[in-house]
Amino acid sequence: MLTAIDKKLLFEIADLNEIPQGAFNLRKNGEGSGRHTTSNIDIITKKDKPGIDVIIKAGTKGESVYIPVIVSEGIEDIVYNTFEIGENSDVLIVAGCGIHNSSDKKAQHDGIHEFFVRKGAKMKYIEKHYGEGEGSGERVLNPKTIIEVEENGVVELEMAQIRGIDNTIRDTEVNLHKNAQLIVVERLLTYLDQTAESNTTVNLLGEDASAQIISRTVAQNESKQVFHFRLLGHAKCRGHIQCDSIIMDKAQVSSIPEISAFNSDAQLIHEAAIGKIESEQLTKLMSLGMTETEAEETILKGFLK
Amino acid sequence: MLEVKNLGLTLKGDEGEIQVLKDMNFKLEDKKIYVMTGPNGGGKSALSKAIMGIYQSTSGQILLNGEDITNKTIYERARMGIGYAFQQPARFKGIKVRELLEIASDKNKVPEMCDLLYDVGLCAQDYLEREINTSFSGGEVKRIEIATILARDLKLAIFDEPEAGIDLWSMQRLTETFVKMNEKYNTTILIISHQERILNLADEVIMVADGTVSEITTREKVLGEIRQIDSDCRCRQSCNKGGKAIADCDR
Repeated sequence: MLTAIDKKLLFEIADLNEIPQGAFNLRKNGEGSGRHTTSNIDIITKKDKPGIDVIIKAGTKGESVYIPVIVSEGIEDIVYNTFEIGENSDVLIVAGCGIHNSSDKKAQHDGIHEFFVRKGAKMKYIEKHYGEGEGSGERVLNPKTIIEVEENGVVELEMAQIRGIDNTIRDTEVNLHKNAQLIVVERLLTYLDQTAESNTTVNLLGEDASAQIISRTVAQNESKQVFHFRLLGHAKCRGHIQCDSIIMDKAQVSSIPEISAFNSDAQLIHEAAIGKIESEQLTKLMSLGMTETEAEETILKGFLK
Repeated sequence: MLEVKNLGLTLKGDEGEIQVLKDMNFKLEDKKIYVMTGPNGGGKSALSKAIMGIYQSTSGQILLNGEDITNKTIYERARMGIGYAFQQPARFKGIKVRELLEIASDKNKVPEMCDLLYDVGLCAQDYLEREINTSFSGGEVKRIEIATILARDLKLAIFDEPEAGIDLWSMQRLTETFVKMNEKYNTTILIISHQERILNLADEVIMVADGTVSEITTREKVLGEIRQIDSDCRCRQSCNKGGKAIADCDR
């Protein structure tokens, strides 16, 4: 039975107003709380550790899997999920974790997700993190995402930390084989004294593999952000990292991109920028009738969209 | 409708304070088109920014329909019906053309936005859903900037060098748009420009030099003077056949 808090968390992390159609697995406070499978998508509980195996049949098209996690009390939860994305399938996977912590204990969820995207398969993966609650206990989320993309596979990752997470360490590692494609869009907001660390490594292993990483973050108040982006070109390949951060108040941001080529036909680019909101942007919106606060909110909302 | 009284403006620069406007006095009347022109660095942009509230004047008064707006903020002046098209418009990562036009006005229906973009020479279906980021050329951003002003129901619209970055093929439509804005919506228009095509729109021309209004005159007089200077330059170039004469003309 979903409480009002559960429903709010589900809406924040997965845009869900109710239990979704199709395959889903809901995890609440460290335990399974609902599951549905389809003829093409099976979900099996792991026997050796907490977590699930999601198995998508070859050729599955247009189906989705929702695997949201809700933490509504001060517990520390760890889960290992494995995804098998069958050859030539085309699927959407919506993950995400919402924490409502009204206690003085730490609420933590560590999600280790491992994906095998088989030949010619296409996967869009959306992961949102959100925290709330009036308690003094910390809200901590540490996702680890490991993805193997076989020949001609396409992976699109949308990863967002919306609000309310006190500490996070995000590790992402992707291996791209021949002609595989990766697009990563990361959005992250920190405020108060929150900290966020994001480490992304992409190995371009196969010929004509390509990767594009776009990161946009906002650091407010006294929060701290550290980013490590690594693109490693082992073959004839293309890679582009673009990181933009808006820094405000007394926040701190470190953006540390690395591109390394181990093949003379690798083309790798990185761009990184950290700066305040441009005064020209604020002035323009104010000249259209917005107060400075409204203009600032509009710029940040657009930037993190 | 707008009265500027004894306006002064001092700005802080790398080499200390600079007085950019000195004891400025002039009036703008309802429903007229004014073109402000004069030498570079004379104070035209500073004056227009002081009217919008982007620069806070250090002395004097600005009145809008009799109300003193000297100490009002940018957004208060915007809400009172003053609009400003920037010479070098801002770009916004994450904000689409459609969203900026929605912010600018209540004309948030797609057909209305299409009309606005058509007026500035852009095809709406190619632009509405695009972010106003570095993928746009300077001319495209400039046209979108002008569209945000056309979108608003304004008493006074200020355009700072609207022709900069706009190709000749689009200028004709743009000048027609200024006239339409003036006639249909009774908006008083103040354009900073050096272009003859824009000067031709002027009911009156405000000459600004050395931080003050040197003259308010007719477009015929200004255009006549420009043509005379142009003629003199050509004459001197052909007589002297030298680089010095051309350099003099350029000045």
